[in-house]
Formats: sequence, C-alpha cells, structure tokens
Amino acid sequence: MATIHVQQADFDLGAETAALTGGRTDIGGIGSFIGVVRGTAGGRDISDMTLEHYPGMTERAMMSIAETAEQRWFLQGCTLIHRVGLLRPGENIVLVLAAAPHRQAALEATAYLIDWLKTRAPFWKKERFSSGEARWVDAREEDDAAAARWGAL
Amino acid sequence: MKILYFAWLRERVGLGEEDVTPPADIDTVARLVAWLGARSSGHAAAFAPTPDGRRLVRCAVNQDFAQPNSPVAPGDEIAFFPPVTGG
Repeated sequence: MATIHVQQADFDLGAETAALTGGRTDIGGIGSFIGVVRGTAGGRDISDMTLEHYPGMTERAMMSIAETAEQRWFLQGCTLIHRVGLLRPGENIVLVLAAAPHRQAALEATAYLIDWLKTRAPFWKKERFSSGEARWVDAREEDDAAAARWGAL
Repeated sequence: MKILYFAWLRERVGLGEEDVTPPADIDTVARLVAWLGARSSGHAAAFAPTPDGRRLVRCAVNQDFAQPNSPVAPGDEIAFFPPVTGG
C-alpha cells in the first residue's frame, strides 16, 4: 500500500524510510529520489518558487501512479511526498521511495515514479527571480519523453 | 457544472472556480472551451491558441485527464490548467 502525502512541511528521509520498512526483514533494497529547488533557471537567480496543485486530483493521480508501479515491479511498498506552497532554493520538493526484494526493481520503480509524477500529477511551479519578476515554469518535452520510455501508464 | 482554473489560466480568467450552466448542446470539452472563451476577455485570453496552433490548455473531467472530444455533463467538475510542472 502506497503512502501518499501532499504537504507544505518538509519531510525527513530517515523517518520516511523507517516508516516504509516498519521493521520488515523481507525488503532487499529501497530506491530513493529527492527533488530539490535549484537556485538558478536559465542563468538567472531564483529567490523562491510557489507550488500550486489541484487538491483531490493530485492525490488520485499520485495513488494511480504508485499502484501501477507497485504492480509492475512487485514493490513491497512505496512513498510519494510532494511539497506545495512557497519553497526556497535548496529546499526539498519531492520524495520518492520504492521498496523491493532486489535492487533493480527498487531503482527502476523509483525512476518510473518520479518520471510519471513530473508529467501526470497536477502540480505547477511559479518561479520568482531575484529581480522580482515571476513566471510559470513551462513543461519540458524531455520530461514527456522520459515518462514515455516506460510505455503507457 | 463546476469549472476550476489553475496556474496561469486562473490568473488570466481572474477566477479559481465558477459554476456555469451551459446550453444542452455544450456536451464535449472542446465545445465547453469555445463556450467559456466567450464569457469574458480574460476567458478568451486563457483559452487562446498559440500562433503555431499548439494546444496549451489541459483538461480534467471529474479529476481524470480528458481530451477535447471527452463528454461533459451537468454536475461534472471540469478543470483547466497548463501542462503540469511538478516534481
């Protein structure tokens, strides 16, 4: 069963890993990915970023992506946490954890989860530059291509 | 039906959400877009195609991704937003 959270607060990798394993001894590996706010975009300094989402659909989409990964890689569990609200450079944005009996499934599922999260979960980033100017981040075709390599969701 | 707008669509329309009652022949996402686009200059700006004809707006009907020919009906929750940029 996947753990899904959309929250303003930061997350703790150690605490989330412990919660995922919960004392189990049949897990062989846990893949992890942490997305972090970069301090520059296109060579310009970013002062902060605001993450907006679609409450309700976001959790549904994240659960659907997680369930697909759990079935495809026979995961023993996975955790998806996405932060929303105002975030500054260096802060965490997203956490993906995938637990499996062996490393290949854990690592592949982690990559799958973050690729699909970036292209199917309804979040939007607005960057504010140090000049005060703000703009909505454009979707990247590379992200669609990264998700597409896994086949249909 | 309940219409939701996110990100720059919300800013252009000037609303995050509105309740509308379109005529009965507005029964697909594409027809709804055309009908909503005529409501105000902000709506028109939000739904305007790019000069190269790219479709910039994405849609969800009852919280599932939808296509221009997807059906819409009274009571639906229909959201419009740009391509997603999370992660």
